Amino acid sequence: MIALAAFYLFASVMIAAAAFTILSRNPVHSVLWLILAFFNAAGLMVLAGAEFVAMLLVIVYVGAVAVLFLFVVMMLNIDLAEVRSGFTRYGLFGAAIAAVLATEVVVADEAWHSGALMLGARQAVTPDNMPNIQALGALLYTRYLYVFEGAGLVLLVAMIGAIVLTHRERSGVRPQKIGDQVKRRPSEAVRIVSDQPVGAGVEL
Amino acid sequence: MISILYSLTFFGHHMPWKAAYLLTYVGAILLIALPLMLAVAMIIYADRKIWAAMALRRGPNVVGPFGLLQSFADGLKVFLQETIIPAATNKGLFLLAPIITFTVALIVWAVVPFGPGLVVADINVGLLYVLAASSIGVYGVIISGWSSNSKYPFYSAMRAAAQMVSYEVSIGFVLLCVVLFAGTFNLSGIVLAQKGHGLGLINAFGVNPLLFPMAAVFFISSLAETARPPFDLTEAESELVAGYQTEYSSMSFALFWLGEYANVILMCGLNAILFWGGWLPPLNWAPLYLVPGIIWFLIKIWCFFFLFSWVKATVPRYRYDQLMRLGWKIFLPLSLIFIALVSGWLMVSGRIGGGV
Repeated sequence: MIALAAFYLFASVMIAAAAFTILSRNPVHSVLWLILAFFNAAGLMVLAGAEFVAMLLVIVYVGAVAVLFLFVVMMLNIDLAEVRSGFTRYGLFGAAIAAVLATEVVVADEAWHSGALMLGARQAVTPDNMPNIQALGALLYTRYLYVFEGAGLVLLVAMIGAIVLTHRERSGVRPQKIGDQVKRRPSEAVRIVSDQPVGAGVEL
Repeated sequence: MISILYSLTFFGHHMPWKAAYLLTYVGAILLIALPLMLAVAMIIYADRKIWAAMALRRGPNVVGPFGLLQSFADGLKVFLQETIIPAATNKGLFLLAPIITFTVALIVWAVVPFGPGLVVADINVGLLYVLAASSIGVYGVIISGWSSNSKYPFYSAMRAAAQMVSYEVSIGFVLLCVVLFAGTFNLSGIVLAQKGHGLGLINAFGVNPLLFPMAAVFFISSLAETARPPFDLTEAESELVAGYQTEYSSMSFALFWLGEYANVILMCGLNAILFWGGWLPPLNWAPLYLVPGIIWFLIKIWCFFFLFSWVKATVPRYRYDQLMRLGWKIFLPLSLIFIALVSGWLMVSGRIGGGV
């Protein structure tokens, strides 16, 4: 009973938050609604018994991705009138994409129920009495090792690509060299000028 | 903890078990939250006293014996003040921000083991829960900075977001080293794995030469994560007035303070749990186990808080680029190298890698 109530709570709040993500006028509010949606998705994962995925969802999406979204959106100076004019321009296009997605969901659901494709059957069943993390790790590092490492490689390439694209060598900057600072000794840094004649000034 | 409380309170009573469990959980939460608030009040006093002693001052000494009631006087003061909401703020978010900070600082304590079995939620992804909850903490700062609609809080929020995200990366890798040694994400399991870890005598991961550097990295990162000096750039008063708290007053300001110090105590507790044996006595020697585990845990938290205070009193504030350099160019590669070293050592010594 409680699990069912929790499911409907999480699910309805998530759908409402997703709707507000699109409908709210202020982009910062949109991101915050999106975060609420992520959070409720994590709650649903806990209900489904996938606590590891739930935690990862919060750590990765709420803790890192959404922070960066918020970071960017907060800095934008968005002209709401301009956004509105975009709505009429892209509205039809968006509606077309939404229609395609809705059709695909219906087709997938029908295909699952038709049963001929074995889509509903689990390829890797989680063993009982094993924590989620261990079950996932055991599969990822044995059966799906190459796929997993391939995904890692793709991410590595993406990361290097991002660094290459944004990195620029700037000339004329004088970065702090902490090693040099630590190596500095009084003998090379201090010069006694007290024996100078009065009014002669100091050479800097 | 739940089962102990349950048997203590409801043994023999005729109560529907669901209602009884609900009451037990509420009781357990209060049993942690209320002493925590008291601890925060006292730790603020201790912080000021330590800081004063290192600056050869007296510190708070007027309210109550030795000034012990100073924090309560301050609390009463802010409680009686008017809550001012500046006209240009985004009101809902402005009020939501301190609530987020405070709530997040409290919810993490649900998985902290105070002693054998003394934990509200003994979940097997405890460490990930801690990471997840602490990664939400940054929203309190960001939202308060943005909704204040004021320059300095906004700068502060930008700094806070970048700082916390950067140090969370290295904290994650450090935690992985501990998890590799302990073989579990459960915090109680991590504590138990440290029993006799140092030559069968010392109950701490921190004495392991492979983990001591990580303990140091974690300590420094926890300073950065809680925005304590020398990493308190989010509220650097010479540059940003009071940082993201500038527009806040009265209880909403106090909630930020309480949340901040609750987070500091939590980080001290995590240092103790992950590297220095948690509720285990420091030495694996039978008579020491006669002292209840919670006493050892509190002593360890106190020692780490003294270190936090010591650092605050003595180390000058980092510059922003230095902060980023430390996080990304030193801690991140160092912790990555140590993950390779730790997992390599565990493979060579045959402690992992046997397959499931």
